[in-house]
Amino acid sequence: MNMHNPGENLERKEKEKGMPLEGLRVLDFGWVWAGPVVGQLLGDMGAEVIKVESRKRPDFIRIFPPFAEGKPDPDGALFFHSLNRNKLSVTLDLTQPKAAELVKRVVKICDVVIENFSPKALRNLGLDYPALREIKPDLIMVSLSAAGQTGPWRDIMTYGPSLGALAGLDSLIGYPGERVLGWPLAYTDPASGLLGVFGIMAALRHRERTGRGQYVDLAQWEATSALIPEFILDYTMNGRVAGPQGNRHPHMAPHGCFRCQGEDAWITIAIETEGEWGDLCKVIGSPPWCQEERFSSRESRLQHQEELNRKIEEWSASRTPEEAMSALQAAGIAAFPSYGIGDVLKNSHFEERGAKVMVDHPKMKGEVLYGLPWKFSRTPGNIRRPAPLLGEHNQYVFCQLLGMSEEEVRSLEEEKVLY
Amino acid sequence: MAKGALEGIKVLEYGQFISTAYCCKLMGDLGAEVIKVEVPPDGDPARRYGPFPQDTPHSEKSGLFLYLNINKRGITLDPRASEGARIFRELVKWADILVENWGPGSMTKWGLDYPELKEINPRLIMTSITPFGQTGPYAHYKAQSLNVCHGAGVAKGIGSLSREPLTPPGSQSHFFGALNAAASTMVALWERETSGEGQYLDISEADCWAMLFNGVWYSRYLYGNEEVVRLGHRSNLPVYPWAVLRCQDGFISATAPEEAQWQRLVELMGNPEWAKDPRFENRVKRSQHADELDGLIESWFASRTKAEIFQACQEKNVPFSPIQDVREVVECPHLKERDYFMKMKHPEAGEITCPGPPYKLSETPWELRRRAPLLGEHNEEIFCGLLGHSPQDLARWREEGIVR
Repeated sequence: MNMHNPGENLERKEKEKGMPLEGLRVLDFGWVWAGPVVGQLLGDMGAEVIKVESRKRPDFIRIFPPFAEGKPDPDGALFFHSLNRNKLSVTLDLTQPKAAELVKRVVKICDVVIENFSPKALRNLGLDYPALREIKPDLIMVSLSAAGQTGPWRDIMTYGPSLGALAGLDSLIGYPGERVLGWPLAYTDPASGLLGVFGIMAALRHRERTGRGQYVDLAQWEATSALIPEFILDYTMNGRVAGPQGNRHPHMAPHGCFRCQGEDAWITIAIETEGEWGDLCKVIGSPPWCQEERFSSRESRLQHQEELNRKIEEWSASRTPEEAMSALQAAGIAAFPSYGIGDVLKNSHFEERGAKVMVDHPKMKGEVLYGLPWKFSRTPGNIRRPAPLLGEHNQYVFCQLLGMSEEEVRSLEEEKVLY
Repeated sequence: MAKGALEGIKVLEYGQFISTAYCCKLMGDLGAEVIKVEVPPDGDPARRYGPFPQDTPHSEKSGLFLYLNINKRGITLDPRASEGARIFRELVKWADILVENWGPGSMTKWGLDYPELKEINPRLIMTSITPFGQTGPYAHYKAQSLNVCHGAGVAKGIGSLSREPLTPPGSQSHFFGALNAAASTMVALWERETSGEGQYLDISEADCWAMLFNGVWYSRYLYGNEEVVRLGHRSNLPVYPWAVLRCQDGFISATAPEEAQWQRLVELMGNPEWAKDPRFENRVKRSQHADELDGLIESWFASRTKAEIFQACQEKNVPFSPIQDVREVVECPHLKERDYFMKMKHPEAGEITCPGPPYKLSETPWELRRRAPLLGEHNEEIFCGLLGHSPQDLARWREEGIVR
């Protein structure tokens, strides 16, 4: 991959040819995860994505270890590399009026703006949708805030886990009958980001037909509550308030995760039909308890699932997850080990599906990034360039795209407008 | 009714349960014309999932089905029968987009795979959603949402270390797959504007988890030698506070990775003496003494309610929030003011309340255009009206069981 040669721009254009989003330009104010993943997905599919940060306020994810060279370095933060591949970086200190003016000039040549600050942030900088629409009337802008742009709690501060908490998701996570544990990782970020991409693409289609842009107010909380409808409806229909679900399912039993031979080794099994139940009994050697009345129907198995799970564990505990999976899958039973990240990275299936892509970054040769989950038959996406160094594309964006002189850019650097 | 952003886009949904239904719901919500194909005699299994009013099962009253299938028309058709397949192809000619989730090989078996369908509609975008994708060693493995979450490395981050890892609640593999399918299908539709050609999209739920959810953790495993580990109510990131802590009437999600946030929390708690302990001086050190700190913070939380803590923390820019149960979500004043929940009248189920717009579009607002279809509700409208078959044909298909 050639990152720093003078012909870079030409080469980039060549590489974007035939990509689904070729010709689309996106300004990405995103930080941490929910915003950046939107730009990443659009960039993977061929859009030119310009990320705006500053040394004064770099993307917060740049402070998280691990680092390429072992020591804290905003350009070496590996979390950042995965979410910001294919992007260009400009550094603008938005608290300076001159920088805000420059942002507006960039917006003028963009189709889409992405941001995931709290609602007041861009408003205070004079860069919210009403302001940007003035200079780019058909702009499409998506804001992925915690709670939306309106409503009494619009200005709350949250992280992914605290959003899952508000959305009702966390209240369902834990062992049945026990305390809430919650989900320490942030499902809300990628789930909201995907809805953001969908909204942007729909808005672009509307723009093509009508010439009109629009604003997408995406509350990550609302996007997440939309993913647990069965629990919400059980309350609105029946007044029932669900608690921690464990690995249970309302209609399947067994439906769980069973201990296997090995350290932290597990097999998951889900039985949907009576036929599958019969097959499961055969695979585990038709022990006498399989014939017991309490396990004879789905309803009864659901009622006695704790006892049932312990019985199944008697079988699984002396097998490795892979042995259990092979035996069960051969009988047409939904079964799979519980894997960690390391297992996924070493697994031949995920390898074949392109879960890992090797990319050269100036701070790290041959870095493994996650791949592109969408398999397009005719116009696949790609990773054309590594994540940018802070401000790496100031020259390209301000001189080549906006036509400013190198002297102008240098003096803006000296004034720390470009910083 | 306002024009939707996807007005004029024709979507054929042929699948079961959640992934295809949620994907096509997102499109229908923005104005696409969606025809949902259900297989006779019983239709979509989501009709049997519930929840049901008063817990009484009824195929027209399943809450999950009613939510996932608003803004669609519904027909019954068995494309597995040869005449059914022929009628299905007529619908494929009509469609811009086909979304299916029958598992690798199924559509081929019925003569309805992409190479076949491309012949009759070269502009078709066909999206398949499956547990493990169309290729690879596990392509043909059977899996439910549970198995996919665990298999793609999601569950190992949820639960307690000594006990079994936990799946995310509900059917998140299907929802996450649906979101990916919807977004990628729109990208292909955009591309078609330029090329005039359709294409095939292979969406694997496991891939989506492994890359778009877990991919950010690859570097931590490969270069930081840290696996995602489940530590019960706490994160295993070397950051504290990042935990779910008890208060008087429930739990607080206490996530505050920035040092200034910690300082403000300490002030809020009245600058207790213990906070000066050098063992707690930064987020990494605090994470090494998390048990002790859980107790200290919980002793301050113990006499305060979720609402009090939420308000006090947010006023001080400490990003804590309450763990809300579904009742609290439904009754939440914030969501009420944003008109998040919608009421839908249904001839069988009565009035039901469910999540409405997951986002607000300024020009082309989200709209409830039609309630979920009854089983086969639009058979006549589609088969006779749209496709121009005679009522006699329809009667014959009903007798043959191709249509219900």
